Amino acid sequence: MDSFLLTAFLFLAAGAIAVPIATRLGLGSVLGYLIAGIVLGPVLSTLGVDVVGLQHFAEFGVVMMLFLVGLELEPRLLWQMRGRLLGLGGLQVAGTAGLIMGAALYFGQPWTIALAVGLVLALSSTAIVLQTLSEKGLMKSGGGQASFSVLLFQDIAVIPMLALIPLLAMPEMTGHAAEAAQHASDGHGDTHGISLNITEGLPGWATALVTLAAIAAVIGIGSWLTRPLFRFIAMANLRELFVGAALMLVIGIALLMTMVGLSPALGTFLAGVVLANSEYRHELESDIDPFRGLLLGVFFMTVGALIDFDLLFSQFGTILGMTFGVMLLKAAVLFTLALVFRLRGADRSLFSLGLAQAGEFGFVLLSFTVANNVLPEALADRLLLVVALSMLFTPGLFILYERVFAPRNVEAQSRDADEIDDDAKVIIAGYGRVGGVINRMLRANGFETVVLDFSSEQLEILRSFGNKVFFGDATRPDLLHAAGIEEATLFIIAIDDKEQITGLVHYMHKHYPQVHVIARAIDRHHVYELYAAGCRDIIRETFDSSVRAARSALEALGLHPFEAELRAKSFTQSDRKRLADLAGLYDPDIPAHLNEAYVARSRQAQEEERGELSGKMRHFSNRANRGWVPPSVQDLQAEMEASAPEER
Amino acid sequence: MARVLLLYAHPGHRHSRVNRALFRAAREVDGITAIDLYARYPRFDIRIDDEQAQLLAHDILVFQYPIFWYSSPSLIKEWLDLVLEHGFAYGHEGTRLAGKKMMLAVSAAGPETAYSPEGYQNFPLRSFLSPMEQTANLCKMPFLPPYALFHALQAPEDRTLDAHVAGYVRLLEALRDDSYDFEAADSLAHVSHDTLPIRAES
Repeated sequence: MDSFLLTAFLFLAAGAIAVPIATRLGLGSVLGYLIAGIVLGPVLSTLGVDVVGLQHFAEFGVVMMLFLVGLELEPRLLWQMRGRLLGLGGLQVAGTAGLIMGAALYFGQPWTIALAVGLVLALSSTAIVLQTLSEKGLMKSGGGQASFSVLLFQDIAVIPMLALIPLLAMPEMTGHAAEAAQHASDGHGDTHGISLNITEGLPGWATALVTLAAIAAVIGIGSWLTRPLFRFIAMANLRELFVGAALMLVIGIALLMTMVGLSPALGTFLAGVVLANSEYRHELESDIDPFRGLLLGVFFMTVGALIDFDLLFSQFGTILGMTFGVMLLKAAVLFTLALVFRLRGADRSLFSLGLAQAGEFGFVLLSFTVANNVLPEALADRLLLVVALSMLFTPGLFILYERVFAPRNVEAQSRDADEIDDDAKVIIAGYGRVGGVINRMLRANGFETVVLDFSSEQLEILRSFGNKVFFGDATRPDLLHAAGIEEATLFIIAIDDKEQITGLVHYMHKHYPQVHVIARAIDRHHVYELYAAGCRDIIRETFDSSVRAARSALEALGLHPFEAELRAKSFTQSDRKRLADLAGLYDPDIPAHLNEAYVARSRQAQEEERGELSGKMRHFSNRANRGWVPPSVQDLQAEMEASAPEER
Repeated sequence: MARVLLLYAHPGHRHSRVNRALFRAAREVDGITAIDLYARYPRFDIRIDDEQAQLLAHDILVFQYPIFWYSSPSLIKEWLDLVLEHGFAYGHEGTRLAGKKMMLAVSAAGPETAYSPEGYQNFPLRSFLSPMEQTANLCKMPFLPPYALFHALQAPEDRTLDAHVAGYVRLLEALRDDSYDFEAADSLAHVSHDTLPIRAES
């Protein structure tokens, strides 16, 4: 127990120190974790910590990440991606594996080893690349999308690779294969050495049947079981129950996949896709995300810690040469694909550089190949270093991309700036009388919205009418994060609790000043508070309707409708002017009646209003009295005399 | 019987003496449709389909408005922009208004002498109305000489307003009863209460 706590403390402390420094230096969190791991390595080996075992455990972070990736990906989108998935992904894996195999053959390796090495090194690092892409906000770019397609294909391709590799082993050594297959098919799961695979010893058709049944079960659970489950849990209204249930779901699916010998990452990805349309999507995201982050952090640190520096320094040139060779080759294949698939400018370099490393699946496959006697241990150790080093260099490549390739293409990309942003993301907090209307109007105009509301029953009703709304308390920062507040163009606060609105405005102004916030104000005084909190787009919830009611009253009293409209406009204008003046003077720290400037201005405002009403003051000239007043007869007379003096 | 549609527009209806009196009288004329556009669309949210259907149900279109800054009130422009759509009023296959007639009833503050190359307005009144005239042309609608009142600010004072209002009623009735002599009118730049070419009832 003590040693567990010590290990946990060491990892957390190393991460907490190294990552902020790395981020500050613009290196990104992944490199920070890797460096922390390298520093931690000697300490861990002195303490006798089982880093490899820890890495297997931490690989569960990849499973969680793919679940989250799935959540972001609706089935419709996945279907749209099928061309790129198979084209880009398939060609990348086949091309890279083939070329590396060729290189290995050239260096005199037998073809079985060459093929195994090619397969191992063809894979890229889902963990590093996806983490970095989303950290840098590149996920939605053309290069990001293409990278994602390739990574997804690779994750799926691991399964047939695991089936293929044992066949490459020397025939007399296949006795070990079954044992090894079981170990490897655990994929990223941690089985603690207990065999969970129920397909072992079943005939082929039964295995296929069980596998299909498991996939159907995942889709079934995602589609029909989660909603009642979460509604049931929502009744208790306890935050941690949601977290527990979300973890249960992910672990359960990973377990089920392990039992039938499928990749747990693939299974949870599938579950994520199924749940992408669910109203609990953002809640699930915000619950799982911290675990994913921590586990991946530990995973990256173990990668750093496992770098065998003795071996590296003894064969420094060879290993470094191999690493650069592999990365160059991968980048070349990617670049060619980028040309074939018509990626442009910065996207092409992002795609080529971002995926040039080998990945964490490489570790899995390497231990698998060794266990299957496909690769000699010495070679595998060197390849392990190549994989780790290439991952270590990846953040550097992203920095290279940002400093060198991205700026060069800024001009080309900013040309489209005056078009309406199709990807503009609008988040609406609260789906009541206010949020509902806002959402309807935005969607009617073709804008994508994400609506958050935390009444489970109301959501059920809204969903049944085909509205896209998500469960969750919009005042919770982590849920806002999950809903994508970082990339949001616009955040509309339409909840009805005065204090919560003010709190949200404060939070947004402090953390996301780049996001435009439209806030609902309950009354005049609330406007001042929101203004002081930094919001400049404040809408009084009942003002417009009251002005309209007054306008209706004027019409009913016999005013010409256009005249009534002019007076309503005039009233609104001067009211807003006074409100803005007063809001500027209002100080939340001083009670309004002790704020001298505020009191003086509001007295003046009252007098102005009275003067305007009695028609005495010209100061706030009334719009209604200014338009369309004809010239006087005297004006005309003067004009005529001035223009024709000669005739007189 | 011709179906007459009168579209009246005055954003300063409250300040108006001439146009208000004209429109009040026009509303009393039986068998024509008289619409106050600013009352119908105080927020400029013109319902295009309704307006087009109304146009198709009439034979003669009369716009009544005061000239302000040598042009029509902005709602008239908005109405033209929106209602006279391509494919409906003009352009290939846009012949739905062809053969209907357009006439203006306008008031000008200056005296008639001001509207000439020698007067302070420099141009004749018709040249300020040429955009409307060409609009009618493009829609294949014959454009009738406008019913004009000059010196409109003086009119309420010197009794010409009463005559102008009475003439307006006679004009609308004659258009309605097919007794307006379009040919005779065409020889005039504009018509007034004492030059209205109305045929005697046959």
